Amino acid sequence: MPEPIIRLQGVSKWFGTFQVLKEIDLEVARGERIVVCGPSGSGKSTMIRLINRLETHQQGRIVVDGIELTDDLKAIEATRAEVGMVFQSFNLFPHLTALENLTLAPVWVRRTPRKEAEALAMQLLERVHIAEQARKYPAQLSGGQQQRVAIARALAMRPKVMLFDEPTSALDPEMIKEVLDVMVELAGEGMTMVVVTHEMGFARTVADRVVFMDHGEIVEAAPPQEFFAAPKSERARLFLSQILGH
Amino acid sequence: MSTAALAKTWSDPVFPWLRANLFSSWPNAILSMLALWLLWRTLPPFLDWAFLDAVWSAPDSGACRAARGEGACWAFIAEKHRFILFGTYPYEEHWRPGLAILVMLALYAVSALRRFWRPRLALYWVAGLALIGVLMWGGVFGLRYVENERWGGLMLTLLLATFGLAAAFPLAVLLALGRRSAMPVVRGFCVGYIELIRGVPLISLLFMASVMLPLFLPAGVTVDKLLRAQIAMIMFAAAYLAEVVRGGLQSIPHGQYEAADALGLPYWRKTLLVVLPQALRVSIPPLVNTFIAFFKDTSLVVIIGLFDLLTSIKVSLQEPAWTGFGVEAYLFASLVYFAFCTTMSRYSQRLEHDLTPGARAGALRDA
Amino acid sequence: MNRRLAYQAGLLAAAGLVLWFFVSNTARNLEALRVASGFGFLGREAGFEIGETTFIAFSAADTYLRAFGVGLANTFRVALLGIVVATVLGTLIGLGRLSSNWLVARLAALYVEVMRNIPLLVQLFFWYAIIAENLPGPREALSPLAGVFLSNRGIALPVPAPHPAYGWMLAALLAGVVAAILVARWARARQAATGAPPPGAWLGFALVLGTPLAVFLASGAPLAWDRPELAGFNFQGGATLTPEFAALLTGLATYTAAFVAEIVRAGVLAVDKGQFEAADSLGLPRRRAMQLVILPQALRLIVPPMTSQYLNLTKNSSLAVAIGYPDLVSIANTTMNQTGQAIEGIAIIMLVYLTISLSISAFMNWYNRRVALRGASR
Repeated sequence: MPEPIIRLQGVSKWFGTFQVLKEIDLEVARGERIVVCGPSGSGKSTMIRLINRLETHQQGRIVVDGIELTDDLKAIEATRAEVGMVFQSFNLFPHLTALENLTLAPVWVRRTPRKEAEALAMQLLERVHIAEQARKYPAQLSGGQQQRVAIARALAMRPKVMLFDEPTSALDPEMIKEVLDVMVELAGEGMTMVVVTHEMGFARTVADRVVFMDHGEIVEAAPPQEFFAAPKSERARLFLSQILGH
Repeated sequence: MSTAALAKTWSDPVFPWLRANLFSSWPNAILSMLALWLLWRTLPPFLDWAFLDAVWSAPDSGACRAARGEGACWAFIAEKHRFILFGTYPYEEHWRPGLAILVMLALYAVSALRRFWRPRLALYWVAGLALIGVLMWGGVFGLRYVENERWGGLMLTLLLATFGLAAAFPLAVLLALGRRSAMPVVRGFCVGYIELIRGVPLISLLFMASVMLPLFLPAGVTVDKLLRAQIAMIMFAAAYLAEVVRGGLQSIPHGQYEAADALGLPYWRKTLLVVLPQALRVSIPPLVNTFIAFFKDTSLVVIIGLFDLLTSIKVSLQEPAWTGFGVEAYLFASLVYFAFCTTMSRYSQRLEHDLTPGARAGALRDA
Repeated sequence: MNRRLAYQAGLLAAAGLVLWFFVSNTARNLEALRVASGFGFLGREAGFEIGETTFIAFSAADTYLRAFGVGLANTFRVALLGIVVATVLGTLIGLGRLSSNWLVARLAALYVEVMRNIPLLVQLFFWYAIIAENLPGPREALSPLAGVFLSNRGIALPVPAPHPAYGWMLAALLAGVVAAILVARWARARQAATGAPPPGAWLGFALVLGTPLAVFLASGAPLAWDRPELAGFNFQGGATLTPEFAALLTGLATYTAAFVAEIVRAGVLAVDKGQFEAADSLGLPRRRAMQLVILPQALRLIVPPMTSQYLNLTKNSSLAVAIGYPDLVSIANTTMNQTGQAIEGIAIIMLVYLTISLSISAFMNWYNRRVALRGASR
């Protein structure tokens, strides 16, 4: 069996005295699409932020694409270049145009010549259906447009893994679909994705596995048909009844 | 100490804190050592001079001069404290300015509490100021008349600040409203006034009031020095407060104006009932900050010869017995101003925190 | 509509009346005092000495106009130096407040709290008292460094004696600046073409500072110090900072630095935490993240209030009159006392400061327009 691209072994994390993650074990294979769900405070955002070291773990091992995450700055930067992240609040750079947002990292981290970087950026903007807004500033774009630019920005580094931290939670309902469509297309192209979300429709369509977390533990992990049809744990049943009820 | 014992103490609660906060990295460790060394070199000698070897009371300056260079001469303050507090106010009537100060502090305290933020507050202020006037001038209710040339010291500083604020505030509101007016003449006046006052130093306004005002008035009509200074301070404060109020007016959502218009409210009703209450509420933290700056600026009246707190301290120094103790004198002055200003500043920060979630408290104050 | 016109007409009429009232009274009063109006007095001989001058020589035989010129130059001298020192000191303290080092952060916070809550005038008197009363006389002057003497007559410093090579060094400095700009352009073009990152800021510094240094060494390193030496009751030679100037500069710089510190801190804090995270997640090293993402955003927030503080410092320099430094207000005051031309004197003061204020305002508006984040155009 090929080496998983992400492996968390016995990972625990504390915020002060509060233990937010308890002995997490998770493996993500290349090309696999994982949806992480659970009630708020379950630690799901913290877990995926460990993968690109936006948070640090106190116990256990995390290995991403063969590199173990420790305090070694070089290893961390190398990892981050291979792992793309999309944030709930977009975090686009407001003083740069959409195009400039995309070319910043390739030019300064991968040392790509500007013309090449811009060509790649325009391709990506086309891919997320927003090429005509290339010269606009983030404040001139709607939430859905901004998030699509953010996805393209993460893709500009040609990452091996894409992490999504509740990408649609800050969007108005009519814009959620445009972002989810892009994510579905991305999945269709074979990108390894770890997505924290409440959008269960997306999970049903796209996920290879649904990981349910509660109180810092992974309670259940199963393919979507199994998970939605017959959840094994009481907590998962409760969660599903709440979230699918409306 | 054995290594094992050392290792154990290293993991007790104190050391991890030290490690994380002071010595977390090499640059930090160097900075911490530097800071600690600086403190070590300056703090103990200063404490010696200011407290341990200081002279706290002496009928004349002999003891103080003997301790020159080694101990601070706080006896100077003790000797002169009445003068510093009340100026040349008659000695036996000192209870009156004392009481007046208490009334002023009470006014501030009451205005600071949010539950009193209603129109009735203005009434309290009018009543309070009237009471202060009666106490200070006298001449009625059997109180002896004391002319305002004899007012001075801390009491005068507070008077200038309090009356200044009370008079400048309504003027500032009018200026702010006028600046947003649709009538070009009104707007022109207000903009011109505000930009002119804000563009020149306070000193020039004090000079203008003290030197030019007598020229503007017909011969024989005199305006006393205190009033001239007070007018200058009011004009100065009004311009700065007006800008703060204008900021508040601008931050009200457009919809509020529209809703009031849609209800058919005429201009002044709309302004008094809908716009101003909201604008003022939002402006209060920056208004407090402006007042703090204004309070500090009252110290400038020393330049036109008015006897406020700073002047009375300076004048005390000129007495032959007490010349040369400038450092003690100005440290004391600093302490008094600091006490007032930092209290107000903390209040303003807490207010900002309470009124606007997520605000950066007090960061952008005017000098 | 008619009501509005009526209001405005009424306002204008009232203002006109008040103005006429003031002007006629003034004219009458001035006549009674036998004081001429107008600015003709500026051509008369001043008849007083000025304690220190900046680049403009002055003696009692010169005109009042020249005296005002000296005052203005003095104001600029203390204001410009004050701005530079306050900016540097304030930025350091502001960054110190953000430091993860608890001790440094607390000390910086204490500095800001103390300096902001004590009136500037009190601080000026304090510094002046320390220098004028607590420093020893020239004969027992303190000498913390070789050639530097602190006494109650001021701070005496050694200065290099003029030498032709210094002219060449200045030219080299300008050449270095031009070279640095050209290199930066070339580096940007190279990055656009090949992706190679530009060399660090060190190269720019090396060009700007190294070229004059090279010239200096090539001309045999001429450095003849004009040292202050005790001659009689005071120091001769070198440069002396008077107690008034030293006290004013120290007071202005340390006071304004506290406000600058808060502005810098607020600017950096105002940049959203998410921006740091986004830059990190893209793999940008911290230095690049600061340069490309954080600082551009922080500077937009810092520059406007910073220019306000520069203006405040310039206005505050007028307090020089209280400690005897001959700035513009000080000299105007002396002139007004001597000639009785109060109105003209105050008018000059106000005009000068108003010009400075409006220029700075105009600059700030231009800067804001140019640099403002493009907002929603929908």
